[in-house]
Amino acid sequence: MPVTISIPAPLRQFADGQSQIVVEAKTAGEALERLTSTYISLRRHLFNEQNTLRNFVNVYLNDEDIRHASGPETPVKDGDTIMIVPSIAGGAVVESEVAQSLPELSNEEILRYSRHLIMPEVGMQGQRKLKAASVLMIGTGGLGAPVGMYLAAAGVGRIGVVDFDVVEESNLQRQIIHGTKDLGRRKIESARDRLRDINPHIEIETHETRLTSQNAMQLFRNYDVIVDGTDNFPTRYLVNDACVLSGKPNVYGSIFRFEGQASVFWAEKGACYRCLYPEPPPPGLVPSCAEGGVLGVLPGIVGAIQANETIKIILGAQDLMINRLLLFDAWSMKFREFKLRKDPKCPVCGEEPTVKELIDYEQFCGITPQHAAPPEPKLEEITATELNARRLRGEQLQIIDVREPHEFEIAQIPGTKLIPLGHVVNRMNEIDPGVETVVHCKGGVRSAKAIQALKRAGFQGRLINLKGGISAWSDDVDPRVPKY
Amino acid sequence: MITVSEQLLDEVREHGVRDYPYECCGLLLGRYTAEGKIVSETYPISNAREESAKRNRFLIEPVELMRGERYAREHDLEVVGFYHSHPDSPAVPSQYDLEHAWPTYSYIIVSTSPGQATDLFSWEQEPDRSRFNREELRISE
Repeated sequence: MPVTISIPAPLRQFADGQSQIVVEAKTAGEALERLTSTYISLRRHLFNEQNTLRNFVNVYLNDEDIRHASGPETPVKDGDTIMIVPSIAGGAVVESEVAQSLPELSNEEILRYSRHLIMPEVGMQGQRKLKAASVLMIGTGGLGAPVGMYLAAAGVGRIGVVDFDVVEESNLQRQIIHGTKDLGRRKIESARDRLRDINPHIEIETHETRLTSQNAMQLFRNYDVIVDGTDNFPTRYLVNDACVLSGKPNVYGSIFRFEGQASVFWAEKGACYRCLYPEPPPPGLVPSCAEGGVLGVLPGIVGAIQANETIKIILGAQDLMINRLLLFDAWSMKFREFKLRKDPKCPVCGEEPTVKELIDYEQFCGITPQHAAPPEPKLEEITATELNARRLRGEQLQIIDVREPHEFEIAQIPGTKLIPLGHVVNRMNEIDPGVETVVHCKGGVRSAKAIQALKRAGFQGRLINLKGGISAWSDDVDPRVPKY
Repeated sequence: MITVSEQLLDEVREHGVRDYPYECCGLLLGRYTAEGKIVSETYPISNAREESAKRNRFLIEPVELMRGERYAREHDLEVVGFYHSHPDSPAVPSQYDLEHAWPTYSYIIVSTSPGQATDLFSWEQEPDRSRFNREELRISE
C-alpha cells in the first residue's frame, strides 16, 4: 500500500529536503523501516541503538498515536498519512560525562535489580550510578546493620565498613547483620560475610580500626557518602567535622530507648551536625544505649531511613533530608520533622570557621582521663566474692538493690530489697541504719549515686557499694544469675 | 543562527521565573530562512511532567506539540525550536537534553533562580547527535 510519511522540518535535511515521502508498506513499522533504509542518516534520529523508536519520537497514523493502536504492527491502508512528531523533553542535571564513565551491568545484575530498573527514578542510569558509588559505614551495630544490608542489596558498588568490636550476645537483639554463629567474631568479618552473601556483585572493604582524628580524613577520601552509625558523641562530632572538611555528605542517625533521629548533614548544601548541636552535652548526662536500653527494631527503622537517603544522594534525587531533622518515637509511633538552618557562625561550616582540622574529640566532649575517674574516691566498696563470703559466714548485712523493677524481674541477688534509685531518699526509713548496708545496681554506677544521695540526705548508717553490681555477682559468684 | 527580539527573549525569561522552581517550556515559532531561523512568536506550553519531576525535567506532550504545530500552520509559521529553563542550574544542555533532541531545531535554555533569570543561551544539536553546539543568537529590533 502506498502511504505518505510527512517529515518534520528539522529532519528534512536528512531526506533530501523533502517534506513528504511516499513508501509502500503494510504496517506503520514497515513504512518507517522503508523510509530509514532509503534515508539512512534519518535512522538515528528516529531509532536508538537498541533499534527501537526513541522515546520522544511519536508516530501518528492519520490522527492516532500508533502506541494506542498496535504499535509498529498497526496496519496501514492505501492513502494513509504517517506523521512523525517529537514530544520534546529535556532537563537540567549536567551529567553527560558521568553517563559515559558509569560501569555497565551484567545480565545477572540486570535481573537482580529489575525492580529498581523498571522505575524511571532509578532506571539503568541510576543503577549504574549505584554500582559506581562508594559508601563508608561507621559502625556495624544497630544502625549499621540495616544500612549495610540494604545498601548491599541495592547494589552500591563499594561499601567500606569501620568497626573494631567483637560480636557479643547482647548485640543480637538489634544488630541483625550478625548472627548467633558469629558470637566472638570480629564485627567487620561477620558483617563482610553477611553483605557478601546478600550481594556477591559488590566490593566490601573492611577497616578494623577505631575512627580517630588521625585516620578519618584518609578513610573518608576514598568514599562518596559517609553513614554515621556511631553510638557516642566524640565519634559523632568527629564524623561530622571530617565530612565538612572533606566535603562529603554525612547521613546521620541516632537512637535511644524508643526515640530515633535522622538527617542528612551536607555543609555544601545545608546545616551540619554542629549547626544543630554546637556543643556536646556534659559527659554522663545522656546515657548510652547500654545504660538506657534501646528497642531492637528502632535502629532497624532509623537505619533503613539512612539507607534510603544514601541511595537518594547517589541517584541525585531531590528532597533529601537536608536542613530537616526527623524525630521518630517508636512507642507512640509518631514521626515529627523540624527545619534546620545552617548557622553562619558554625565553628566548622560557618562563614568564619575556627575548626580547620580535626581536633581531640574526647577532650571536646569532656571525656578526659581525669573526668573518667570516680568522682568520690572515698566510697567504700566490696567485691561480689567478699560479699558472698560474708553472707556465708552468717554476718548480718542488708542488701539494697537500686535498679528499676523491670530489671529486678530479669535477675536478682537473693535476699535483697528493691528501692529504685529515684525513690531511695524518700524511702530512706526503710533502710536500717543499725545494720551494714550493701547497695547494688547493674554495674555499680547507680548504686554509687544512691550512696551519695543517702549520705547527703543525712543517712547515718554504713553504706558499701557492690563493685561491678549484679553483673560481677553473675561472673564471680553465681553464673545462674543472668547477665543483661 | 537564530534571530529573536529582546521582547520575545523577555517572555522566555519571564516564563522561567514564573515557573521557578519548576522547569518551564515552550515552542519557538517562526521561519527557516537563508539567514537561519527567525523567531516571531513564543508559544508557552504547560510542563506535562508529574509534580515530583518538574524541577529537573520537562516534557511537551505530542498532543500539545501538534496543537502548537497546528497553530503555527494556521499563522503560516513553523516550529523552529523550543525553550526551557534550568532552575538553579547552568543554561547548558544535559545528557538528557541531548538524547531527547533533534538537529536543526534551536534549543534555548534559560537559567533561573528565585525571582530572576540569568544566562540564556541557544543550542543546536550536531547532526550526528553527538553533542550540542552553542548557536549564534542574534537580537533583532
